[in-house]
This record gives sequence, structure tokens and C-alpha cells, in this order.
Amino acid sequence: MVGKVMNGEKGKYLIEGEKGKWEVVIGLEVHAQVSSNSKLFSGSSTKFGAEPNTQVSLVDSAFPGMLPVINEFCVQQAIKTGLGLNAKINLHSVFDRKNYFYADLPQGYQISQYKNPIVGEGKITLDLPNGTKIIGIERLHLEQDAGKSIHDLDPSNTYVDLNRSGVALMEIVSKPDLSSPDEVNAYIKKLRSIMRYLGTCDGNMQEGSLRADVNVSVRKEGNKELGTRCEIKNVNSIKFMQMAIICEAQRQVQLLEAGKSIDQETRLFDTKKNETRSMRSKEDAHDYRYFPDPDLLPLNLNKELIENIKKNLPELPDQKKERFINNYSLTAYEANVLVSEKEISDYFEEVVKTSDIKLAKNWIMGDLFASLNEKNISISQSPVTTKKMSQLIDSISSGVISGRTAKEVFEIMKESGEEPNKIIESKGLQQKSDPKELEKIIEKILTENNDKVEQYKSGKDKLFGFFVGQVMKISGGKANPQLVNQILKNKLKK
Amino acid sequence: MSIDKDKIKHVSKLARISVDEKKIDDLTKDLSSIFKFIEQLNELNTDKVEPLSSILNEPLRSRKDEINDGKIRDKILENSPKKNEEFFVVPKVIE
Repeated sequence: MVGKVMNGEKGKYLIEGEKGKWEVVIGLEVHAQVSSNSKLFSGSSTKFGAEPNTQVSLVDSAFPGMLPVINEFCVQQAIKTGLGLNAKINLHSVFDRKNYFYADLPQGYQISQYKNPIVGEGKITLDLPNGTKIIGIERLHLEQDAGKSIHDLDPSNTYVDLNRSGVALMEIVSKPDLSSPDEVNAYIKKLRSIMRYLGTCDGNMQEGSLRADVNVSVRKEGNKELGTRCEIKNVNSIKFMQMAIICEAQRQVQLLEAGKSIDQETRLFDTKKNETRSMRSKEDAHDYRYFPDPDLLPLNLNKELIENIKKNLPELPDQKKERFINNYSLTAYEANVLVSEKEISDYFEEVVKTSDIKLAKNWIMGDLFASLNEKNISISQSPVTTKKMSQLIDSISSGVISGRTAKEVFEIMKESGEEPNKIIESKGLQQKSDPKELEKIIEKILTENNDKVEQYKSGKDKLFGFFVGQVMKISGGKANPQLVNQILKNKLKK
Repeated sequence: MSIDKDKIKHVSKLARISVDEKKIDDLTKDLSSIFKFIEQLNELNTDKVEPLSSILNEPLRSRKDEINDGKIRDKILENSPKKNEEFFVVPKVIE
């Protein structure tokens, strides 16, 4: 690596080269698979993981004479996503053919939208450590996915599976407003979250429902002009996007500082070698010879349809965040974390319906999140259901167990999914909260340690902890600490 | 638009049409005159005309989001020059 990555003013991401500091300019083209039952122009299923070539119609495999018929639900999903991105919905849009030859593209062209996309400019607000940043959306258009080439089943042949061929994608193009790998992370997460709230894309990166082409260029710090960019194709995880950006930006800085220029080209990110390299086969790739698809008429939308979708939009992360801050007195940070996934916000709201808010947020963001991370599962897969979490929290607020015992109970719950009440009962973990019983224990301790009581009364305040410790020891850690403190203070006063 | 030899080679490569080297000169001449003929349209002033992508004045027909196709693998693979039980088989294409 040539340049050290450093933080400039206000945490700005910079690469320190030999001849100065460079900033990175990033734009993303995200390909998000539309959540739908059937494909964009045919009635085959879109379900992931089916036997190869079983979800392929004559349209998807481009048999001669077959005509595409658009899936109205996919159109609505694109409008919905556009509205969620505060974007302009175009009443008139056109499907074009993007021409290129590849084994997994049976038509010889991809049906896409070029000059007239269904959705125009919009924006996404990112919550970053230094505040919020607005990222512009250039456009969103509908297009077909290609099939899948499998290269590792045969040493001399490539196998082609067309199950994915024709599945609806939304290509969401950002403005070059992103300036660090961290911002890219925040952008993808926010975009994914919005689409998951809307139900327009499941955002499953392992299954390829969300992939991105990353455009990277560099320029001297403070320079307003954009440098020549390179496009890194088809990166399918946030981590790889960040790695690709870092090494591509480094490569460009190195070239520019050596007095060379950047060729605008398509590059491939090699995750094993951690480098980008030129895709020579794509040299002519930008010559797609787009033209309006003669098999499809223009897509004209009526305003009522859009108004109707707008009226029925669910609450989105930004709105929910505001509501959480106001209704539950959360900090902006806490609200952000809790609304990041719809499932998490649903979980939180279910728990606080009956249980203490402060305990709920601490337990969810603390022990529950830790257990999810540890097991690498989502909140909806956790054996600790909202009901069980409520029960645990309630037994803390009603004084049945202490916060410390609750941690012990949670350790069992997160493995077995057992009900907290049952764990508390079977292990006899209830706090001793009966003042009379505690008084007896305390009196016994005070009589047995008469000398220490005298020392305490003559000013050795620290001994208070000793008495508390003794009570806990005798009660097996189950004495209610607040009560113990209270009774002890009273007794020692006399 | 002028059509030269290189353009012919480039376009034929993109379209995967093999062109006999000997015929390129004739092709260049023919295509140039065809383009010249078409380009007469450019003389018309279309500043205030919206581009038209279809001459049919009908709405785009659509379908409901229902699964009613697929599960015809054998039929799909039938005409493939090379295949196995599950896949189309093509010469190795890898970056």
C-alpha cells in the first residue's frame, strides 16, 4: 500500500500519498431483487434454491416468438421503493434493450430502462458518527436479471442455470456522494433497511438479492472536479465493497502520483488476492446499442395508482426513529440501532407494550444482541421470544430477581429458550424480599460481628460493604440488595 | 454518420456476425449510402417533438403476479446443442 488512510477534518476519509492527501469519491449501482412471486416478464417462480432450470419458461429462455408481458406487481414494488427513497415517480417510462452476448443471457439482450427510468431523483439520509449526511439518488429502473454461470462443476465446460434469468431487479443508482468505506456501509444498510420495511426486496446478500457495482475515483483534497472513475463489477457483500474501494483507491493514487492517468474501465475485485484487475472481455461492454424494446409498449402510470401506494406506505425507518425518540425517550443512537431492522423494532415495541422501557432497551441492545452475534442468528430466530423477554424484565422490575441473577437466567434462556419464570423457580433464584426474613439474617450477623459494628459506628464507613457481603453470603446471593441496604442502614443507626 | 472499415469490423464483432475480409469494402460502400439516405430525416426540425418509442396508442398490457409457468426443464434443454440432465453446457467462459 502506498498511502496511509487517515482522518482529516471532521473525520473525513483521506489517503495520504507521497505528494499530498487524496479524497475518495464513490457512487453505487445497487441491484436489488424485487420481492415477487413470479418474474418480471413471465410466470415462472422466483424462489431461491430450486433445482437448476426448473423455474424457466419459454420466455426466460428466449425461444423464438415468445413475448414478454410485464408483472404489474413488480411495477408497484418499484414505485413503492421510489416513494420510500423520496423520489420522483415518472408517469412515463420506457423499456429498452441493452445488447450484449453472454452464455447466461439467452435473449442476447437484457430488457432494462435507459433514457426513461420509472423513478427519478431521490435521496437517502445516513446517520453517521458526525451527524447526518444526505446521499442523492440519481434514478431507479426496472430490469431483468441474467442466468447463472457455474464454472466449477466441469474442468472444460461452463454450466448455465436460467432460474434467475428474467427475475425483476431494481437498479438503484446513487450520485457520487459517498466518500468513505464507512459511508458505503451506512448507505447499503440504510437502503436495505428501507426496502425491507417496504417489503420490496428481502436484502439477502448471501442469496444475491442485493449486489452492487462500485464506481470509485480519487481527487486531491479540496478539488471540486471529479477524477476518472473505474467501475468494480458485481460485489456481493458490504465487506468486499469496502475492501474493493480501499484497494482500488490506493491503486489510483499510486498511478496518479507516478504521473500516469486512469483508464475508465470495468474492473473485477479478486477477494482472495485483495486486488482489482481489468476485465479485458468487457472492453466493448459499454457499447450496448440501447434501443426501445419493440416487444413492449411504454409504461404509463396513472396518478391514482401512485397516490394509492403512497397512502398505504408503512412507517419507514426515519419516521420510526423520530417516534421512538419522542415516545420512548430514547437517544438518537439507541433509536437508530432499534429501527435498523424492522424485526428488531417490532421486537422492542412488543416487549415495551407490557414491560419497562429502560430495562427493555438495555436488555435488547446488550445481552440479547450479544447472544445473536455470538450465534450469528437474527432476532426472529432467537429462542428468547418477546414474551420470554418481557417475563424476564418484569421479574426484575417487580423485585423477584436482581439484575445480576437475571443475567444468569438469560444465559440459560438463550440456549434452551426456557421460560424465565420456570428457570427462576426450578433453580430457586427468587430474591429474598421478605423484610422480616432479611431482618433476622441481618440481626444475626450484627450480633456475631459486634466488634465490627462498634468500629463502623466510630466512623469506619467502609465496613458497610462487609455487612452487605455477609448478608449476600448467607442468603446465597439472593437477598434483595435494595432492601438489605435499607434495613442495614436503619439497624446501624440505632 | 460516416461508415468506415473499422466501424464495420467493430459492429460485426459486437453483433457476432462474421464478415468476409474481401467483402468489407463493398459493405462499407453499401452501408454508407443507406445511412446517407436515412440521414435525410435529420434535416427535419424535431426540436418540439417528444421522442416516440411506439406508434401504437395502447396501454402496456400487464399480468398479475402469479406463478403459472416453468417446470419444463426437459423441454427447455431439448434444443440445446450441448447439455446434461440439469444444465445447458457451454464452452468454458471465465474471467
